Amino acid sequence: MAATIALPTRTTRSPRDRVLITPEGVALPITLASRGSRVGALMLDFLILGTAFVLVTIALVSLAGGLVRFTGRIENGTAPAVMQFLVVVWIIMTFLVRYAWFLWFELGARGATPGKRLVGIRIAARDGGRLTAEMVIARNLLRDIELFLPIVFIASAGADSPPAWLAATAWFAMFMLLPCFNRDRLRAGDVIAGTWVVEAPRHRLEAPMSAPELPQNTEQYRFTEAELAVYGEYELQTLERVLREGREPAIESVQTTIAAKIGRDPWVPDSRVFLEAYYAQLRGRLEAGMRMGKRKADKFAGED
Amino acid sequence: MTPDLITAALLRSDRFRVEREADWQRLDAIVTAMEKGRIWRVSDEDLLALPQLYRTVASSLSIARAISLDAATLRYLEALVQRAWFVVYGPRSSLTTWLRGFLGGGWSRAVRGLGIDLVIAFVVMVAGTLVGWLLVAHDVEWYRALVPGGYADARVPGASPAALRDTLFGQSQQKGLGAFAAYLFSNNAGVSIMAFSLGFAFGVPTLLLLVQNTAILGAMLWLYHGAGLTLDFAAWICVHGTTELFAILLSGGAGLHIGRAMAFPGNRSVLSAASQAGQRAAQVMAGVVIMLVIAALLEGFARQLIDNTPGRLTVGGFMLALWCAYFFAFAKDRR
Repeated sequence: MAATIALPTRTTRSPRDRVLITPEGVALPITLASRGSRVGALMLDFLILGTAFVLVTIALVSLAGGLVRFTGRIENGTAPAVMQFLVVVWIIMTFLVRYAWFLWFELGARGATPGKRLVGIRIAARDGGRLTAEMVIARNLLRDIELFLPIVFIASAGADSPPAWLAATAWFAMFMLLPCFNRDRLRAGDVIAGTWVVEAPRHRLEAPMSAPELPQNTEQYRFTEAELAVYGEYELQTLERVLREGREPAIESVQTTIAAKIGRDPWVPDSRVFLEAYYAQLRGRLEAGMRMGKRKADKFAGED
Repeated sequence: MTPDLITAALLRSDRFRVEREADWQRLDAIVTAMEKGRIWRVSDEDLLALPQLYRTVASSLSIARAISLDAATLRYLEALVQRAWFVVYGPRSSLTTWLRGFLGGGWSRAVRGLGIDLVIAFVVMVAGTLVGWLLVAHDVEWYRALVPGGYADARVPGASPAALRDTLFGQSQQKGLGAFAAYLFSNNAGVSIMAFSLGFAFGVPTLLLLVQNTAILGAMLWLYHGAGLTLDFAAWICVHGTTELFAILLSGGAGLHIGRAMAFPGNRSVLSAASQAGQRAAQVMAGVVIMLVIAALLEGFARQLIDNTPGRLTVGGFMLALWCAYFFAFAKDRR
């Protein structure tokens, strides 16, 4: 039953659109994140991590340097306990950088690392259910063989051992290209964890369009049934976009086109008032039809 | 004009919107605060109202789709319901509550859930040890091939029993144990996570990794056996080894679990089989990391500080009993 709920007519459709049915039976359109934005998010995360790593390392090294100067000596070749402690801190930090960063942030309410957040994407459970801690752990452990391990191999093999270098690069490429070869753009970690990466849109609530600032102005335009029957929902939503964006040249050219199409004098004192009136009446007509079960998708569609 | 007249002048669909706008904005404010992690800013009333508000707005969306052609409002509602859905149906547990459930039974259930894969990994590890032993017994040159240079300081074929004994005992004065333990942990965690994630390739590399790592053990066992130090070596290994080898066994089992689920998904689709197995295996792996921390502490401190064979055997045996009891006897009945 849930699947039969109509989705809104969208002005643009992309192969990245998916539908998610909530437990209440509401069909939510979601858009998969593009590969470019995912790479971008990863780069941002690495940039932040790398900066933090370098800063903390520098801080620890200078702290160690200060300690050596303060104590004045290193006891017969072995480091004092404080130095050991610093080394332990450094190793633990390296470990945290590798695993805890992604885990911590993806388990948060936003389901996204700072990099993903900046790019406007997040992770979600593929089956539409609850995102669990296990999923987040699984998808992030896999990052190890996808990314860290081959990079270390490539770096350690170097150019002097071509077969090893080639093998490591092939490994790296295989995992990097995996999202290009499946419909839902899953990387290996997503496959294992049952997650996917989707866009996290945020929109402001815009003012209602049928409440013009000066209603009496629009009263001068009364369009006949025949004049309104020309356009459908697609044109209505395009008109809405033009009005909301409010760019003068666009409004004027759209107004001229519409006036010519319905056979009115293209010259009017205020294009915006004309368009707002046409928009409100067209929408009123189409919505009245909707309530009666009649829809007109665009100007090419007949009234059914 | 009075507000009523303005409302009356609106389209029916915009009237619908104006009447419900307050609820939408309220939900928007709650969701925004929660997304920013400022849950303490949300009042108790709002928090209690959240599920109800979510359903109200979801139903607003359904109605709006049927009666309204206002694309901006529909887009706003869709985005709002999606965000609220992520909050309402998002990860319910914080890291700490998850950890409590995990230690209080979730972990051992996941380990038991591996079932046959754990047995396979165990058999492979025993076989790997045997292979290591037999290879080296057959031809000593194998020792150099199996044991990487880093391990083999004094521990080379032909070393005197006294030199070998020195590698097992008398290191309690050594400094830098803390750093050593941290290094061991980071290294071993890398190996286990690799064993787990290689399960992705149908588990074959996991098996190879297990064999390779236990073959080293077999080879060294042979070496010490030749010097008559079998029991001492076993005790030396067993202080941390019961924990560490157990952890490697679990990660190997977890890797195989994924590999097997993908190779033989049964009635499920490959993707859903992989994700089911992957989530259970991930739980096991989170535990493996904890075990490796303990193993590294034992290896870095206990092994160096307890300088005799019976003491080492006691510690190792105790840890083994502890893990077995925890995994196979604990919280058996709870779902």
